Amino acid sequence: MDFFLEFPELGRHTLAAMRKAIDTSFIHFSREYGAALEAFFYPLLQFMIWFEKLLLSTPWPIILLIIGGLAWFGSRSVKITVGSVIAMALIGIFGMWEDTMATLAIVSVATLLCVVIGIPIGIVMARFERAQSVITPILDVMQTIPSFVYLIPVVMLLGIGKVPGLLAVCIYAIPPIVRLTNLGIRLVDRDVLEAADAFGASPRQKLFSVQVPLALPNIFAGVNQTIMMALSMVVIASMIGVRGLGVPVLKAISNQYLSLGLMNGLAIVALAIIFDRVSQTYGQRLQAYRKGFGDE
Amino acid sequence: MSEAKIEIKNLYKVFGDHPSKVIELVQDGISKTDLLEKHGHILGLKDISLKIPNREIQVIMGLSGSGKSTLIRHINRLIEPTAGEIWIDNEDVTAMSQAALRDLRRFKTSMVFQKFALLPHRTVIENVAYGLSMQGVPEAEAHKRAMHWIERVELNGFENNYPGQLSGGMQQRVGLARALATDAEILLMDEAFSALDPLIRTGMQNILLGLQEELHKTIVFITHDLDEALRLGDNIAILRDGEMVQDGSPQDIVMRPADDYVSEFIKDINRGRVIKVGSLADPAASASDGAPIIVADTALETALSTLVAAPGQSCRITKKDGSDLGTLTLERAVAALHAPAG
Repeated sequence: MDFFLEFPELGRHTLAAMRKAIDTSFIHFSREYGAALEAFFYPLLQFMIWFEKLLLSTPWPIILLIIGGLAWFGSRSVKITVGSVIAMALIGIFGMWEDTMATLAIVSVATLLCVVIGIPIGIVMARFERAQSVITPILDVMQTIPSFVYLIPVVMLLGIGKVPGLLAVCIYAIPPIVRLTNLGIRLVDRDVLEAADAFGASPRQKLFSVQVPLALPNIFAGVNQTIMMALSMVVIASMIGVRGLGVPVLKAISNQYLSLGLMNGLAIVALAIIFDRVSQTYGQRLQAYRKGFGDE
Repeated sequence: MSEAKIEIKNLYKVFGDHPSKVIELVQDGISKTDLLEKHGHILGLKDISLKIPNREIQVIMGLSGSGKSTLIRHINRLIEPTAGEIWIDNEDVTAMSQAALRDLRRFKTSMVFQKFALLPHRTVIENVAYGLSMQGVPEAEAHKRAMHWIERVELNGFENNYPGQLSGGMQQRVGLARALATDAEILLMDEAFSALDPLIRTGMQNILLGLQEELHKTIVFITHDLDEALRLGDNIAILRDGEMVQDGSPQDIVMRPADDYVSEFIKDINRGRVIKVGSLADPAASASDGAPIIVADTALETALSTLVAAPGQSCRITKKDGSDLGTLTLERAVAALHAPAG
């Protein structure tokens, strides 16, 4: 009966030996290649530092103007533009300007990186069934695995700092852009694709003249999701040395500073709402052609 | 009939996982049901051979599921044949490389679709210029030529609108202009007017016939509508369950239906309007002196009143050039109005 009551697990010694073998081999790996990896990511680090410095050294009125301008360019809505500027001004007044700039820097760089890597992966997935069946489960793992788990090897390899933080954010934030690019391209009307074929479009011409433009609304929904997820990683990223709004939140958790946590948390929310509204309305404007005469 | 522009030779299409494994069974004449039940494959087209004459309108007609849309997609190889050949201008389309096929689609054929299939994110002029841009025509030149065709289909003023802002009939005029703009010799029209309202459809047919009068393209026109087929077609091929039932001129189809299926098809048409007196002329009979003359391509309907008034109720039928074809009596004309039984 014992056999059925206790799960027949591997012995304690076997498990310990197995874990030790994996851990030591990874430690060896990180000693061997850690420096090389750091060198590989060095340009990225330089770019992040440069961007953060740029945001911090620019006078705040200019930043406000740029944010207002981007909001207007994206949404063409007075409400959203004014709302964004007021939200940013409040953040400044409550003394969170520098942290917000740091967060803005990492979220922007992470989003950029996700878009640059994610869209081509999505295109490949849409093109080849094989790629889709391999990549989909990887995306599932990336989205569901607790972030702390992959923080361990990342920190072992690259230590604490901006680059491992950026990687952690990207691992979490890249799946939606990949998925929605893939989905968007797959949803493109077959009839239109057939027409492109009938007029002799090459696969490349078809991709750029039909598939990507028609998938843009979905791709934009992906960008929007990626930004949101990057923002939500800010606190966790701060645990491995990324500066920004996450740092005071972390401090507030460990010291039970209610107001400090609340204020910085709300600043993250404000950033999220600005990004979301602006990118969503921009995505909708991309679909202007779907409107009939009456809606103009 | 002039020389063939497109020649389809013994074309077969089998849908399924391994068409090449069952094609021999199909060629040996296995029935459609047996193929599906015993081998899990669907017979799309069976032994189609058709010569499509240069610069004429070839209609391919059949009900849904008859394989007509599959057939037209073989001409520019949007669908790969399982067996058989398609020759265009002495080139075997089925043997073409991908690059040669793209050139065929860019320069020699163009297509109009049932559901229009316009690019929704591009304006009317950009849509019409699409084929030209695939040909590598620079944008300014492409837009200039596109504008010409937009004017020809009377859409001037709408060139900067998006397709979604146009009515169905207008969208299909864009589709037609897009196909014509590439200057391709062959125009493939897949149920091009079927999605339109009857009145708009007649208007589109008139536009097409008007354009064809001066352009003289080789047009392959798919339809399920016999009236449309009779109106447009210089030749009509009738498909049923993937097989060709009859191939001939509209007069042939109406006067000499090949089988019950075709008879059923033509049962309800207005025979008086379709039948031309030329096909009824009896060269043996002689008309009384002073009998009126009717030109051969006059519709029977129109000729009836002349016949009734004519002395001896018979007329002489002549070709346009005046050469004699024979005589038509009222009795014979009335008999022709009645559909052949069964």
